[in-house]
Amino acid sequence: MNNLLIWPVAVPLLSAVLTLLWPRRSTWIGVLGTTLSLLAVVLVSRQVVESGAIELALGGWSPGLGIALRADGLSVLMLLMSTLVSMAVAVYASVYISRSERRSEFWVLWLLLITALHALFLSGDLFNLYVTLELLGLSAVVLACLGGSRESLQAALNYLMLGLLGSMAFLIGVALIYAGYGTLDMAALAAAIESGPTAWVALSLMTGGLLIKSALFPLHFWLPPAHSNAPAPVSAVLSALVVKAALYLILRLWLALFDEVVTQTAALILGLLGGIAVLWGSWAALQAERLKLMAAYSTVAQVGYLFLFLPLLAALPEGTTRDVALGALVLLALTHGFAKSAFFLAAGVIMQRAGHDRIAELGGTARALPVTAFTLALAGVALIGLPPSGSFLAKWQLLSSVFITGQWIWLPVIAVGTLLAGAYTFRLLGYAFAPGEGVGPSLSVGREEIPAVLLALAATLVLGFWASAVWELVPISAYAGGEG
Amino acid sequence: MTQALIYALTGAVLFMLGVRATLLRESLLPRLLALNICGAGVFLIFVSLAYRGDSLPVDPVPHALVLTGLVVAISATALALALNRRLREMADE
Amino acid sequence: MAMSVWLPVAILLSSFIPGVLIFFQPEERRRLRTWLNLLGALIKLLLVGMLIWGVFHEQVFESRWTMAPGLEFVLHADALSVLFVSLSTLLWLVTTIYAIGYLEQTPHRSRFFGFFSLCVTATVGLALAGNLFTFVVFYELLTLATYPLIAHKGSPEALRGARIYLRYTLFGGLLLMIGAVWLHTLTGGVEFVEGGILQYANLDQSTLRWIFLLLIVGLGVKAALVPLHGWLPQAMVAPAPVSALLHAVAVVKAGAFGIVRVIYDVYGVEFAAELGVLTLLGAVAAITIIYGSLKALSQDHLKKRLAYSTVSQVSYIVLGTAIVGPLATIGGLVHLVHQGVMKITLFFAAGNYAEALGIHRVSEMDGVGRRMPGTTLAFTIGALGMIGIPPVAGFISKWYLGLGAVEAGAAAWVLPVLIASSLLNAAYFLPILYRAWFKSQSAPWPADKTAGCVRELPDALLWPPLTTAAMALLIGLFAAAPYSPLEWAELIAGREYRQ
Repeated sequence: MNNLLIWPVAVPLLSAVLTLLWPRRSTWIGVLGTTLSLLAVVLVSRQVVESGAIELALGGWSPGLGIALRADGLSVLMLLMSTLVSMAVAVYASVYISRSERRSEFWVLWLLLITALHALFLSGDLFNLYVTLELLGLSAVVLACLGGSRESLQAALNYLMLGLLGSMAFLIGVALIYAGYGTLDMAALAAAIESGPTAWVALSLMTGGLLIKSALFPLHFWLPPAHSNAPAPVSAVLSALVVKAALYLILRLWLALFDEVVTQTAALILGLLGGIAVLWGSWAALQAERLKLMAAYSTVAQVGYLFLFLPLLAALPEGTTRDVALGALVLLALTHGFAKSAFFLAAGVIMQRAGHDRIAELGGTARALPVTAFTLALAGVALIGLPPSGSFLAKWQLLSSVFITGQWIWLPVIAVGTLLAGAYTFRLLGYAFAPGEGVGPSLSVGREEIPAVLLALAATLVLGFWASAVWELVPISAYAGGEG
Repeated sequence: MTQALIYALTGAVLFMLGVRATLLRESLLPRLLALNICGAGVFLIFVSLAYRGDSLPVDPVPHALVLTGLVVAISATALALALNRRLREMADE
Repeated sequence: MAMSVWLPVAILLSSFIPGVLIFFQPEERRRLRTWLNLLGALIKLLLVGMLIWGVFHEQVFESRWTMAPGLEFVLHADALSVLFVSLSTLLWLVTTIYAIGYLEQTPHRSRFFGFFSLCVTATVGLALAGNLFTFVVFYELLTLATYPLIAHKGSPEALRGARIYLRYTLFGGLLLMIGAVWLHTLTGGVEFVEGGILQYANLDQSTLRWIFLLLIVGLGVKAALVPLHGWLPQAMVAPAPVSALLHAVAVVKAGAFGIVRVIYDVYGVEFAAELGVLTLLGAVAAITIIYGSLKALSQDHLKKRLAYSTVSQVSYIVLGTAIVGPLATIGGLVHLVHQGVMKITLFFAAGNYAEALGIHRVSEMDGVGRRMPGTTLAFTIGALGMIGIPPVAGFISKWYLGLGAVEAGAAAWVLPVLIASSLLNAAYFLPILYRAWFKSQSAPWPADKTAGCVRELPDALLWPPLTTAAMALLIGLFAAAPYSPLEWAELIAGREYRQ
């Protein structure tokens, strides 16, 4: 049954090849491939829920030489988010991109991106992680410049260079690990790695590389131009999924592999950077004049929230309390994934209808595009962390961890961040619900509005009321060394 | 072992030089070259790791990794060059 | 499923489902929208009737749903919930009828009634919340549902008022949440239990005081305690039915109800007194009562005058809560209902003046009683009740508050506050009544929209204020009757002080 694990990777990869062979049918193959990938992920998830973590050594090669795929609670949750979000975005893109003559290129890269994401979440060894990370980065860069404007090309090039630098740093860390422990298999490493100079330097280099890719302050500067200038469906997956991939790796490294190396101070530093990111990102989002730029800065802030958890996790003793906090971290990442993709898709609808996305000129959106305005409102609720969204629960648990550990310093950060998020969301809604002629009148509900509103509903209702599943899945770990 | 160590250290120095230039240079081509130097440094480290003393055959795993890494590095470089060319075409128009 | 489990959920859904359905109705489907609204309101009334009967006979109604480890979504009906639920349900029905008449021919009605229903859903959710976590959930939802209602007109003033409202309430919601999480972390879960839970928890007293401060400030924003009241006079830009609901049932009451919950069912009133936090709260309430009345005195804008009057009147509830003793408790709780019924009457009437004659200011009201006798009669009953003149309901509240103060030995400062406030109430309401009934029209009406009509207003606008005015009169006259608000408040007080 473990052969199941190959499908979430193989399906999108094969579909990508098929798209290359039949470019004229690319939209169909693209949507179908995404749907089948969703199916594959659901099958894998069911297996993990029923029988715990599963593992597959590709081609029968033992771990160490061959490619090991592993699925546990954390990977399943990330897989589910990425496949559900990409399903909705694919439906959206089938309308949005169909008007573009570059649609076959889009669908090939799109499927490659999904392949890379799925492979990354399932990968069981460090070198494969490097390869998937690069594949992900390259396909993301090309997708980001499909808009074709000068700004988008410049931003994509910058994104590429920094991403490459990040991967190099990651790779040198991988080399050090191999030198120190003679294996790259993560399960073996989780048991083997002990505190020492090699582990320290390796962890710092790998984390440093991943911080660039996850856009943690002050390494966030590439993100707003790259995410805000890409075509809307691409922005959606970049902000919702690609950034999360790097974060997922940091979690794996810090909680499972290097759990004995990580010190309170190191975690505190990342937490502080996260705190600055929350404040700075939210502030910049409040100042942003364009909708997509605002969304991109909000991503910077939301990434910051996720890093706030690290010092708390490091301070909590292993056990239920820590699992609760970890579950909250994952829930926040998932909610953001759904909410932010919904947000970018809605922004795309507005851009197509109005021809611009200047916030101050969005008057009349609510009347012309009620469904899209509703999507923005729902996604905004999730970004602020108001009930009944998943991020409300996550924030509740985050605050709870703050009180348990006595790390009061995060309290003002969370409070101010929440208020700023409220400020930028309602500033937008104030314009969108005001009367005006900024957006032309609507004839009917566009087919591309539906996936966006579904994503927003997932973030605000489904993840709010059915979030317990996250906490049930998170403790299922494939790595004995930690809770990861 | 010392010989391998020299290679590894050279690799580390190359990596750091590359990082420095990638971050400090303004124009794209030198930055791209610097990134490739970074890559060369990393691969050198990997290759030096393969050495397990005179009595043992070299470890094949790092070699395999370096091959994969090279492919990735070349693709990325090609992509960057292509993007750069497109940008310059746009500037010319 | 047993009725005890589904009834609280059904009560929530009876306004939630119509609300969601209404959002999707095109503007022109007026009849369907009206049916959905009224059907929801009537079903809710029926369900609440079942609930009242059950709770009176000590049946337990409870639904639970685990949302996260340690975080349960609990709907639970106790006597206090029932008091608030019945008030909201009854007034929702009346306000819906009024709103249908009031918003005739205006744009965005589907959006309006959608949010209107969600607003009531959130209020009823607050009433039925069985623990602090669920309360916070609905408290924030209420903010979200009311913001579009205040901003409804879309004019710059409406947007400004809504923005100010949002600033205050998001801030308050945040403090409430921080306090709630803190308490939740210390105790492992804060269920609302009659008599409170913290007196047995053996926690650090100064921590509990800090948490109390966070909770009360968070709730005080919506309850419009001075100095957190700034949003309320600004929010009167909303359409009249919204103001009526905001001041009588939804937002302001949510804050006051929350304070009642925290003191009686979390801290326990005696334990809170032991912590010394009630004295401070009582002082804030007294200041709010006097300050609100003083401000009301100087307002010429009718809705603003009513808004400041709300600031003052809602704090009677808080005052009754801050005084330890069953009689003061009864006074505070019964005022939760009485103030709602009276204030909604006043806002309906104010809406009618604006709608029929374009009157927005007190100085424009000369002789309006002859032109609009029905509306002015309702206004008069509401105003007299606010002053505390028997037999209107407001008298009962003040009477019990006064008795409670004497019982608790706090007469020295509470009675002067009550007397001063009543005098001030008279000072800002009686001139209005005098102008309306005894002066003759001095200038043409600002915008006479009903000139030449036989009746003063359509039924949907005239009957709601008359109905609520009659209610205010009847619950005052028959305060001792079974199932009256007073009777019910006595039942609650009896259960709170049972041990």
